[in-house]
Order: sequence, then structure tokens, then C-alpha cells
Amino acid sequence: MAEPRIRSILSRLVSDYGMFFVLLLLCCYYSWVTYDEQHPTGAAAAEQLAKQITRQFAKNSNVLIVARDSNEDGTFADLLRAQLRGEGFSVIETVKGQPSDARNAIQRLTDAGVRVDVIACNQATAGWAVMENLGSKFPSLASVKIVQPQSYRWPNFLKTDNLLNVANQIAVIAIIAIGMTTVIITAGIDLSVGSLIALSAVVSTLLIRDLAGAEQASALAMTACGLAGIAVCAAIGCFSGLMVTTFAIPAFIATLGMMLVASGFAYIFAKGQSIYQVPDAFVWLGRGGKMGVPNAVILMIVLYLIAHVLMTHTTLGRYIYAIGGNTEAARLSGVPVKRILVFVYTMSGALAGLGGVVMASQLKSGSPTYGGMYELYVIAAVVVGGTSLAGGEGKVLGTLIGAFIIAVIQNGMNLTGVESYTQKVVLGLVILGAVLVDTRKKSGWNWLRFRAAKIND
Amino acid sequence: MTTTPQAPLLAMKGVSKSFPGVRALAGVDLVLHRGEVLALLGENGAGKSTLIKILAGAYRPDAGSIVINGHALSFANPIHAQRAGISVIYQEFNLIPSLSARENIFLGRERTCQGFIQRRAEQSRALELFAHVGVQIDPETPCRELAIGQQQVVEIAKALSQDARIIVMDEPSAALTSPEVERLFGIVHELKVRGIGVIYISHRLDEIFRIADRVMVMRDGQHVATRPTGQVTREALIEMMVGRKLESEFPKRSATVGKERLVVKHLCRRGKVRDVSFSIRAGEVLGLTGLVGAGRTETARLIFGADRSDSGTITLDGRMLRLQNPRDAIRAGIALLTEDRKSQGLVLGQSVRENFGLPNLSQMSSWGFVQQRRESSAFARFVESLRIRIPHHEQLARNLSGGNQQKVVLAKWLQRNCEVIIFDEPTRGIDVGAKYEVYLLINELAAQGKAILMISSELPEVMGMSDRILVMHQGRISGEVADVPNSTQEDIMRTAVG
Repeated sequence: MAEPRIRSILSRLVSDYGMFFVLLLLCCYYSWVTYDEQHPTGAAAAEQLAKQITRQFAKNSNVLIVARDSNEDGTFADLLRAQLRGEGFSVIETVKGQPSDARNAIQRLTDAGVRVDVIACNQATAGWAVMENLGSKFPSLASVKIVQPQSYRWPNFLKTDNLLNVANQIAVIAIIAIGMTTVIITAGIDLSVGSLIALSAVVSTLLIRDLAGAEQASALAMTACGLAGIAVCAAIGCFSGLMVTTFAIPAFIATLGMMLVASGFAYIFAKGQSIYQVPDAFVWLGRGGKMGVPNAVILMIVLYLIAHVLMTHTTLGRYIYAIGGNTEAARLSGVPVKRILVFVYTMSGALAGLGGVVMASQLKSGSPTYGGMYELYVIAAVVVGGTSLAGGEGKVLGTLIGAFIIAVIQNGMNLTGVESYTQKVVLGLVILGAVLVDTRKKSGWNWLRFRAAKIND
Repeated sequence: MTTTPQAPLLAMKGVSKSFPGVRALAGVDLVLHRGEVLALLGENGAGKSTLIKILAGAYRPDAGSIVINGHALSFANPIHAQRAGISVIYQEFNLIPSLSARENIFLGRERTCQGFIQRRAEQSRALELFAHVGVQIDPETPCRELAIGQQQVVEIAKALSQDARIIVMDEPSAALTSPEVERLFGIVHELKVRGIGVIYISHRLDEIFRIADRVMVMRDGQHVATRPTGQVTREALIEMMVGRKLESEFPKRSATVGKERLVVKHLCRRGKVRDVSFSIRAGEVLGLTGLVGAGRTETARLIFGADRSDSGTITLDGRMLRLQNPRDAIRAGIALLTEDRKSQGLVLGQSVRENFGLPNLSQMSSWGFVQQRRESSAFARFVESLRIRIPHHEQLARNLSGGNQQKVVLAKWLQRNCEVIIFDEPTRGIDVGAKYEVYLLINELAAQGKAILMISSELPEVMGMSDRILVMHQGRISGEVADVPNSTQEDIMRTAVG
């Protein structure tokens, strides 16, 4: 009995989260393709080099540190000096600047007759011409050792910075896709989300500029303005929901109308201009972060967790699935169909509004041109994530995976230098392929007889 | 068998088919001769549908052979089956409602001349086909405007236009009224005369005795017996189907009818329901019958709040109900088991547990969170008491047989513990064994003092189960039978046709 059970669990896993394996595969592929020589920088380089020097040289050695004049190199030099001093080395000088600065420093040291045992460089400064054949230029430095952090091989794709970049880029689409998933599960669609991004970005930045004191706006005022932008979008979503339920207008048409209305309002409010007059602190949501993780990504993860619990463990989630599966049966079972549909469209609008605020924060401005074509990317993420446009089935976490598939493909193509026009073609084909795989999987990998399978339905 | 003077029209031999976890068919044989009506009997889940789907080319058998007119065939798809002269008329017709009868008949095989449809030629052929079966239908009527019985005739005409030699009818009489059933029998007879072999699937034993030449019984995916109809009795057939003896088709009970519970007065909905008034008392089973389209289901939907009434009042236990939607009705203690389980009773893509929970989530959740353990244990009780045959609670409702689907619907309303329960065709498409269980349950609910309204087109069922019978005709109540045991089906029929 145990074996078929394991098999059924496995097959469920594959059918529920098959796209997860596609995502893994994509990650593996891009890791392989972007496998490259890596040079540590900044703090990591300092740590590594300090250990190397401690291991190789006597405690009383004199060390000269050479770095460029940049933030990252500054961190490297300062940290290295502190660590070496802690270990008992004497750091005689720290150079931060151009090759000429390094030459002058070395000249000065040799002129003064200071003994130099080690010159600690990083990958960039070790390559400077000054550092070549030091012994011939300065006979007193014949025995000096030049050390630099060791390089290693690692995929560019898998670098922490790159992965966080991927997550941050997809955050807006992924957040909006939560609302879209619930709408599509009820067998509806929301085409207005792209325009709502623009509307929300414009409304919130406009309010900051005109009412909250432009660049001097306080954090509280900015929050209020952002919430106002979200509320406007929620109201538009609510209106779409009412059109769909009360007047039985197809969701496609109702939200198509609202897409044009919202976009038009965004242009009217902004007078066709971008709005830049926001405080520096406005980027906190889009660019700021804790321990390297952007706030937008944290927000996205939290929203997905909430949405997952909502859809799988609450009556509301159960009702949403039931409405999509069979509206009439749900109604006759006492499900408040209209109320729930209005709620779902309102949430979709609100989340699109939130996406707009995040985007305005990322770009530190609001513009009515934001979000063009975004509704299509969002729908693609939902569908690639395994949600059926026919309604009744789908998973919020699947959508997150779908969004990441799209982001990873885009990022991978950027890293491998694929031209942006070609990227569109590839992305479109990948979306088709992903959905094809999904439908084949549902009909039991029956590639050849799929027409017969359709007829049986 | 191969040396018989005339090979049978159709011979299926040793047909087997398994689905993941289920053995649907185990070595089934079927023989059909020219001009013969073979009745296929069996409980739901006995494997009839699977056998038919294999014949229709929808499924590929795991083992076994199909021989038509001496030619071995292995169908890859439904089109091949059609070309071999097999036509299946499913319970849910495959007609496109917006197209006319003629367009449906020739769909995919339009008669064209240089790409243009020869409407005249098609029309005359359609009329000819209708004449063959002795029915008059205007070929240009859109199918959605045709009565169910007429739609069936269109399906049969479509089969004939494809030169079908074998016609399979799946529960053809289920949705038909008595006069329509009579006409269907006439058509079947006509088909016989033309040498067509008919496989007739039905749960109504009366019909089988009237029109079938032989009857084949299946149980649990196996062939039990095939006998000439003249050589078996009704009791013997039931016994073969369920594998045990049934005392009687309708369980006996002693009704103790109490005070009035549900009172309906002057209920109207434009065109459909006209001034309907009646009452149901505690412990009473009120039968509601009439022809299809007489307004029975519409009346039930008004009482359940599924449609808005134009006027009239509904009172439960002396309290006036204002019903805006089914939610209000359910809160007031009214349940409706719809006639069409698949499109109205169940969310087919969800698990049986989720279907069970749907109207009961308020009892099974706290702070909006569904307590799945509570839901599962409540459902487990009904799985046991109603003997629902499912491998596990996560089974999709789509994958159950009709009887089990109906039991899941029953379970979800029983959990609600409603005071008024409306059954709309509760045994349609359900096998004999499950029917009996549904009857027992209705009686038990009545014994608990609930008010029960049972809508049914099957007169023996209405008469066997009801304490009182109302007959509807064209939206009005045209008669009431209070003394059920001393009245006849003919009495009721006369009232029903007006």
C-alpha cells in the first residue's frame, strides 16, 4: 500500500508544483552559462586577505595597503587595516587613490628607509603597472611580497546581488499577480492593473508634491499619500466588480473599459508629465532594505504568505475556488457570490495600486507611462504558474513561481547579452511552452492523443 | 461462435479497462444482432459507461476485441467509431443550442457545392429523417427552443444521417415525459425494423420489459448475465444488478403527520409559475409531479430563493420568509437538492470534502479559518452512514458515479440539518440499490418531523413515496391527490396533461 501512496504524493507534487522544477532547471541553466571567474571585493576581500597574510607572514611584518579611491575599496582598505592591526601586524601606510599615489607612497617609504615586507592589494590594484618589477625600480623592495585576494569561480547568475536584483525587479509584477490569481480563479480577468499602476503612482506622488510638502514630506505624510493612491485603485477595482456582478458585464469588457479610464485619469492628473518632487526617503520601499534584502521583496513575500493562507485555509478562499469551479452550484450552496466577486476585484485593484506605489518608490517618481503592458506580464505569470483561465483551479504560490520564471529568463538573457528585441520573442515562446507542458501534464503526458482527449471533454 | 450462419452485428470480447486505482471493466463480452434492442443494465459504477465509451472510441481498451460485421476493429478515436457506423446518444445531448436542428444534424458533414451549403438539400434530408422516425419538427428551429424529447429526436436523426448501424442510447427516457417516452418507443421500434442494432441503457425496468429483446446485466465491471427479456422477471433482474435480494422497490413507513410547517401562498413568477399555493406538514412527504416544463423546478427555485418571485408569500413555522437569495433560504432552514447535480449541485473540479463543506463552512470555521479536521470528521460520518464509495476524501467530485455524487449532495445538506428539504428528481440516473437508500433516507427525514417536497417525473416513485401528490400543468397546480393508495397512475396523468 505504501508504494502507490508515495507515487500519488509524487505525482501530486509534480502536477501542483511542476513549474517549480522548470524554474530550478532555468536556474541551473543560467548558472552553468554564466559560470565565471569571480574576484572578491569590499569586506569579503578584506576578510580573506587578512587571513592569508596572517597565515603566510610573521607577526611583526610591515604591511602597505593599496586600494583605489572608491567606496568599496575604502571599506576593503579600512577593514583590512583594522584586522591586520588586531593580529599584530604594523600597517605602515594605507594608500587610497590613483597609481601615481601608490608610486609616490612607495617612493616616500623607500626614501625614508622604511622596511616594507608585504604590499596588500586587491584584484584591481595588483594589476597596476607600478606593481610590476618593483625590485628593479626600487632595489630595497626586492624581497617585498605583493598579495591579493584569491579569485574563485562562481556563476554570475547566482551572486547574491544578482538574485536580489531579480527579486526586486519582479516584485511589482508578483504583488499584482496575487490579485490577478484570485480574479482568474473565479473565472474572471482584470485587464486594468497595468493602468492602475500608473494611476496609483501618479496619485501618490502628486499628493506628496502638492499637499505633503514635496521634498520636505514626512514619512507619515508619504504613507498617507501612498495609501490614498492604493485606495483610488481599490475603488476602481470595486467598480469593475460591481459592473461584473450587478450588470453581468463580462469581466474582460468591464476591466478593459476601466483600463482606459484609469490610464486617462493618470495622464489628466499628471498633465502628461512625470512627477519628481518627492523626498529622498520616498525610495525606502523600493530601494531600501534590511541586510541586503530590498523592502519590496520582503513585502512581496509577506503578501504571498498571507494570500496562500487565505486561499487554502479560510472560508473566503474556499468560496473563491467554488465560484470559479461552478458559480451556480456555489450560489445554490449559499455562497455570497456577488459579495465575494466584488471583494476579489477590489483586492486586485488595491494590489495593483500597491504595485504602483512600489514602482514609484523604485524609480523615485510617478509617471502616467508606468505599467504599460504590465497586465499581460501579470497574466502570463499567473498562467505560467498553473492557474487555469477557465477558473476553479490554481495556486497563489504557483503564481510566485510563474513570476520568477519570467524574471529569471529576462535576467538570464541580460547576463548572457541577448538583445532586448530577441528577449521578447524568447519570452513569448517560453510562456507558450510552459503552458503547453502544463496542459500535457494534466492529460497524463499523452502527447499524441491530445485531440482525442479534447473531444472526450 | 465464428461459424454461426450470420455473424452478429457487433461482438465485443474480453474487453478490459483499468483507470489508476480502479478496474472499470474485467473481460466483458457483448453481442448485438441486427434489428435487436439490447438493454444494458447495471448499477452506477458497474462499468456501463466505460464499455460504451470504448465502443464510441473515446477510450482505448487495455485488452479485448471489437468485431463489427465480422471485421475486427480497434478504434483510435471517436471519428473512426462513427465511420464504422456506431452512434452514441448521451444523456447530455451534444447539440449546439444556438444552431438549428438541421445545422446540428449536418454539423461537420455539411452538404456543400463549391463551398456553399446546400440548405435546400439538407432541409429535405432532415425532413425525410424526421419522417422516418415519425416526428414533425421544423428543421430551422434553433435547438434551444426544442423540448428535450425533440432534441433527442434530432440526435437520433443525426445518427441516422451518418448511416449508423449501431445506436447506443444512454438513459434516453430520463428527462422525458410519459407521452415523449411513448414516442421514443415508437422510434426505437422503427429503428429495429430498419435493421439497426440498439443498445438501450436505462434504470427503468418497466421500459426494458416493454422494448428490449434481450437484457444484459453488469456488476462491478463484470458481465453477470445476458438473457432474453421474456425469460427473466423484474425481481431476478434487480437481484442480478445489486447482487442481493431487495424486499420491495419502495420502503414502507408509517407516517405521523403533524402541524403545518411550510406554507406557500399565491406564488408567481412571470410565465413560469402561476398562483401556486400549498402547504407541507411536519413528517409529510409531498410529491410534486407533472410534465417537464410544468413549472415544478421553477416553484422549487422560488421557495429556495434561487429566483425572485413576482408575488406571493412563503411561511415557515408561522414565520414569514423574505428570500433574496439561496443564502437566506439556507439560513431559514430550507435545502434544495437540484435536479442537475453536475451543473448545479456540485463543483466538479473540487474534492468531495470541499463540496460537502461548501454550505456548512460557517459551522466548521472559526474566525474565517476552515477547521479541516472538523470538516473531515463530519464528512467521514456521512461517508459511513450513506455508504458513499470513495477511495479518499480528496477524490474529485467529477470522478464519482451518479449515485455517489447524489450521496455527496445529500451529505452536504444533511449536515445543515434543514427543516424543509426539496428533492428535485432525487433518483434520476441513479441505480436501483442507491435509489432504495435515497428512499429510506427521505423516510427517515420525514420521521424526524421535517417537511419534504419531492419532485419527480416517475409516477411509480411519486406514488410509492408520497403522502400526498400535487400535479402541475402550465405553471399552475392542476390537481391534488390526497388518497394516494387508492388512485392510479392514469388519474395523475390525466391531471398532468390538463
